[in-house]
Amino acid sequence: MDRPLIEISHLSKSYRRGDQVIPVLSDITFDIAAGEFLALIGPSGSGKSTLLNCIAGIDSLDAGSITVGGTDIATLSESELAVWRSRHVGFIFQFYNLIPVLTALENVELPLLLTSLSAAARRDHALAALAAVGLSDRTDHKPNQLSGGQQQRVAIARAIVTDPDIIVADEPTGDLDRVSAADVMALLKRLNADLGKTIVMVTHDHKAAEAAHLVRELDKGELRVAP
Amino acid sequence: MLLLRLILLNAFRHRLRAVLTIVGVAVALTAFGLLRTVLDAWHAGVEASSANRLVTRNAVSLTQPLPFAYKGRIRQVTGVDIVAAGGWFGGVYLDEKNFFPNFVVEADDFFKLYPELVVSPEEQKAFLSDRKAAIIGRKLAERFHWRIGDTVTLRGTIYPGQWPMTIRAIYKGARPDTDETVLYFHYSYLDETMKKRAPTRAGQVGFFMIGIRDATRAAEISKDIDALFRNSQAETLTETERAFQLGFVAMSEAILLAITAVSYVVIAIILAVAANTMAMSARERLGEFAVLKTLGFGAPALAGMLLAESLLLALAGTALAMAVLPPLAKGFAVGLAQYFPIFFVSPTTIMLQAAFGLAVGVLAAAVPAWRVSAVRIADAFRRIG
Repeated sequence: MDRPLIEISHLSKSYRRGDQVIPVLSDITFDIAAGEFLALIGPSGSGKSTLLNCIAGIDSLDAGSITVGGTDIATLSESELAVWRSRHVGFIFQFYNLIPVLTALENVELPLLLTSLSAAARRDHALAALAAVGLSDRTDHKPNQLSGGQQQRVAIARAIVTDPDIIVADEPTGDLDRVSAADVMALLKRLNADLGKTIVMVTHDHKAAEAAHLVRELDKGELRVAP
Repeated sequence: MLLLRLILLNAFRHRLRAVLTIVGVAVALTAFGLLRTVLDAWHAGVEASSANRLVTRNAVSLTQPLPFAYKGRIRQVTGVDIVAAGGWFGGVYLDEKNFFPNFVVEADDFFKLYPELVVSPEEQKAFLSDRKAAIIGRKLAERFHWRIGDTVTLRGTIYPGQWPMTIRAIYKGARPDTDETVLYFHYSYLDETMKKRAPTRAGQVGFFMIGIRDATRAAEISKDIDALFRNSQAETLTETERAFQLGFVAMSEAILLAITAVSYVVIAIILAVAANTMAMSARERLGEFAVLKTLGFGAPALAGMLLAESLLLALAGTALAMAVLPPLAKGFAVGLAQYFPIFFVSPTTIMLQAAFGLAVGVLAAAVPAWRVSAVRIADAFRRIG
């Protein structure tokens, strides 16, 4: 049996507010197989975004470990984590988080600046990623010239342009109307099915969660299989 | 290219703020440059000094005379090449407001001592052969529209009476820091007239200008000269021309210190303004920096981007200041010629402008760059919602 892509073991995380310690995640243990499409659901404050951030290597753990592709990311330094993220993780945010002064093409090209690709190769990759999300005709548009759905598709192109193993998506449909949300979810499903990308998605939206193979619910920092 | 474009676009994202910052840096560095030029103008005499020239004056004070008879004894000191008597005349042309420096000199030796005063052989000959002749600087001639052959009458303030003289020569400075606003006339004219008008004041000079063969022996020769007149009625103080000029500058030390302080305060103020601009820019884009960090851009890359933006604005302002200062100083030079005969922007001032512009760019970005590189991604996303 293949080793899971992501192994989370006894993960605990809490925040401090003054003298007060607020536990967010308590002794979470679970695995995510390569090619999985996992949805994390749960009420606000349940810790699902924190868990996603830990998996993506942008937040630290208090206890436990997260091993991704055999690498225990909790042991990596800040600079090692930055390199690891650039090679292995694609990010999709609720509010797209595109750089407003750059065009769609430039936004997608941005992560490729950290690779050794030539300028021409970077451009070709970015154009291909935009084509994959159906935005070949919007390459020179700035984010404020695009609709919310189009901006999220640019963000998805940016997430896949480096061909990462994992795509993490934090409320990817949270800021979209129903039609755009359905388009985005269809796109994520296609990335999972056609390209074999492992997707971990946090969502409030049960309809969006239906696109996933597996849904897990976080409640008060504890994980359970969603009903 | 994309990274450079991103830096450029971010630097000018708030155009008005960026332009105001650039203009602020330019104004501050121009003001700094002008103040430095004023300081340089004050020190022009010092800079124009020759290491091969000494000045002997009365040890009590510059206003006390020395006997002309000292000249022969000074000339006999080993290492002394030329000795020329001279003195501040302090004459006024028509009105006090027409101030310009005027001196009496022993012309023959004076020209040998001051080769930086360039004059044609014909004019020099005409000046030397006329006891009532004067030689004036080019700028002084321009100021009063004086020409060769014009008669100028100075009213004496130290030496009473009217002192008519004929302009026989106009000199040019061989170097940019040569004062071209001075009038010199013959010591013999002064002395012979004083013999008639006030015989007790005849045979006296203000100072001796001394040419020495070896500049490295200046201290030793100075000591030898002063030793000659120790315990006499008029003891002497001999120093290098540079030290002599610095003595004049030292009289205005408080003003010079104030100007120096203001010039640095101006830099400090613009540093604060530029730092505020960069801090605001970084704070507004904290989310974007968090995104870049998420994508894998490390702390040094983010700090470098912010530093590049800061340098772009600061150096644009610096370039503007460096372009504006020379013509502005030229305008000042015309307006202030009476007070600052030597007023030009020195290469050192230009270099200091560039150095301070660079320093403003680097220091303004230092704290915001540190904050941006230190920010934790999850915290930044939580803060921006």
